[in-house]
Amino acid sequence: MSYTKRNDGRKFEETRPIEAKAGVIKNADGSGFFKIGKTSAYAAVYGPKELFPRSQHNPRKGLLRCNYNMMPFSGSGDRVRPGPNRRSKEISLVTQKALLPVVNLEGFPNAVIEVFIELPQTDAGSRCAGICAASIALADAGITMKDMVASVSCGKVGDKVLIDLDYSEESHEDGAVDIPVAMIPSTEEITLLQLDGFITKDELKKAIQMVKPVLKNIAEIQRKALKEKYK
Amino acid sequence: MNKDFKNHIVKALSKNVRLDGRKNDEFRKITIEKNVTCNAEGSAKVTCGDSEVIVGVKMAMGTPYPDKPDEGVLMTGAELHQMSNPDFEGGPPSIVAIEIARVIDRGIRESGTIDTKKLCIKEGEEVWMVCLDISPINMDGNLMDLGALAGIIALKEAKFPEMKDGKPDYKTLSKNPLPISKTPIEVTVSKIGDSFLVDLTYEEEKFVDARLTVAVLKDDTICAMQKGGDSPLTEDEIFKMVELAIKKSKELRKLI
Amino acid sequence: MGKLLVKDKEIVVPGDVIAEGMDFLPSFGTYRTGEKIIANRTSLLSIDGKVIKTIPLAGRYLPKRNDVIIGRVFDILMSGWRMDINSAYSAVLMLQEASFKYIQKGADLTKFFAIDDYVVVKITNVTSQRLVDVTVKGPGLRRLEAGRIVKVSTHKVPRIIGKQGSMVSTIKDATGCRITVGQNGVVWVQGEPEQEVLAVNAIKKIDENSHHSGLTDEIKKFLDSNKVKTKGDKK
Repeated sequence: MSYTKRNDGRKFEETRPIEAKAGVIKNADGSGFFKIGKTSAYAAVYGPKELFPRSQHNPRKGLLRCNYNMMPFSGSGDRVRPGPNRRSKEISLVTQKALLPVVNLEGFPNAVIEVFIELPQTDAGSRCAGICAASIALADAGITMKDMVASVSCGKVGDKVLIDLDYSEESHEDGAVDIPVAMIPSTEEITLLQLDGFITKDELKKAIQMVKPVLKNIAEIQRKALKEKYK
Repeated sequence: MNKDFKNHIVKALSKNVRLDGRKNDEFRKITIEKNVTCNAEGSAKVTCGDSEVIVGVKMAMGTPYPDKPDEGVLMTGAELHQMSNPDFEGGPPSIVAIEIARVIDRGIRESGTIDTKKLCIKEGEEVWMVCLDISPINMDGNLMDLGALAGIIALKEAKFPEMKDGKPDYKTLSKNPLPISKTPIEVTVSKIGDSFLVDLTYEEEKFVDARLTVAVLKDDTICAMQKGGDSPLTEDEIFKMVELAIKKSKELRKLI
Repeated sequence: MGKLLVKDKEIVVPGDVIAEGMDFLPSFGTYRTGEKIIANRTSLLSIDGKVIKTIPLAGRYLPKRNDVIIGRVFDILMSGWRMDINSAYSAVLMLQEASFKYIQKGADLTKFFAIDDYVVVKITNVTSQRLVDVTVKGPGLRRLEAGRIVKVSTHKVPRIIGKQGSMVSTIKDATGCRITVGQNGVVWVQGEPEQEVLAVNAIKKIDENSHHSGLTDEIKKFLDSNKVKTKGDKK
């Protein structure tokens, strides 16, 4: 079983076309838009602001709260029922953990920085797109952060290790492995890592090696988007 | 509400000057984008000033209601995403979101815009369910009118999915549009002090005494209404508002 | 030798390497890791000799002692008022800081400041846990009369005020409006309706374009070309 040519003709280490913007939501303190192929994500940051409920107050530092949500018409197939579900709650959690290492929350005891991610359309890789948009939004909101966080999936389709699986590849008949990864580009530290499918240790190594330069490139696209706002 | 500040604005409105310099009966600049999201069977984005809303149509097969066994179903939902406005709260849909969805739903349903009988696949067993969902990106007021506008455009754009082995194949849309015969346009007229306004910003909405949403068809027939706000309205005021709504509906209709 | 990788007055964003080598000193908005100085905030670079400084472009207001700000009363306490100061933290105006007159215990506090009143206050203290005390005893501190409230970025306040208040004076002169700018980014404007709109639009324009060079001329031109015709003016 050999996956010799990708469904959409991309190279194996190539992402789908990327589009990034900052400052797309006027009401927000900071906002970002990130589109990769047919998957697009908006993110808005509000805060630091007063935190409710008070039971979550931390007198030592602020809280970063993330909220991932698919719009009802965003998925292929059935309508997504509005409101949180187990999947969206888990993704909200890993998104928070992906962003937390770069964000400085020291100056905001008892307060919260809220990140809201909304997806109008999805075609695999939505959590990664959400993290990319959120990272732009946090920087746009003037939050102190030591670097951006870039995210994309890597994985395996058939026998080929590759980058940025789309939906048709994720559901490939020869089997697929999806590995969403987020990284702090300057230190190459990994802040998000999930995997489903079967893969050997060596292949995983190869996938991670392959995704690193791609993530550095994505971080450049994120930074460019932020600067574009002030042009 | 600070009374002095409100009186200050009421005074400006009586001189026909709004917070952003518009006239009382003036809409912000509206732009419309069609088919903005690829997984919906139909969609539209309406931008009006700083307000931006996406509406998507999803179609699914389901069982009809027992009292209408030969009719398809329209379901309208609105979510006030916390992303779109700092004052929106999480949790189950707020009463504000429910009212918006229901008023938009009424404008489309009661006008008979969709011929629901044509959505019947097998009487009593299977019909098409049309789900219309309103998702604000940035909410700076007038979600009711803008959601309704984007909604009717999305419905008109929507195409049935192709059928494959008796099941819808969402990846390929057919060329068949929804059975739509009318175009209801909703216009909300709000009263602040003695002035009547349309297309309020979020800042202005905080000062509203009463509002009246009117859904209007092409021949100026009214097909749905909703009075809102805490203050009552006189008959005279109601007809002034209805007249303004009909006048503005003609302008909005031209945009579609 | 140290090397500067970004030009002065350029926009930097988190993760941008600004300089290499040990010749430069990081300050607010930047940090050093090994040989590199990296930006950790979206800001405008301002190089001062060997010191790498930044001017933030976004971010919420953080209360600072002696700042004069505009607060909104949202709660009336036993012996004071709680105010929203456009920040993650609210401020408390204690009874003894509210008036030079003696206020009797149990007095109706709404007679001094009611809910939703806007008040110009000065911050007297901020604790490590960001509890904020304010006063209205001092020049210019007062309850604001009816007008309009506009919110701008706290970091743009210096540009809105201008050098020695030049920018805000320009707007006042052109529109005849009374304007008070709080350090927390809350601005109060009062004047004739159309003039108010012009003043507010000018303030919003500064907020959006604060990083432009030649901003003063840009605003003067804007005010001039949008001038509201009053009865006294000749055609």
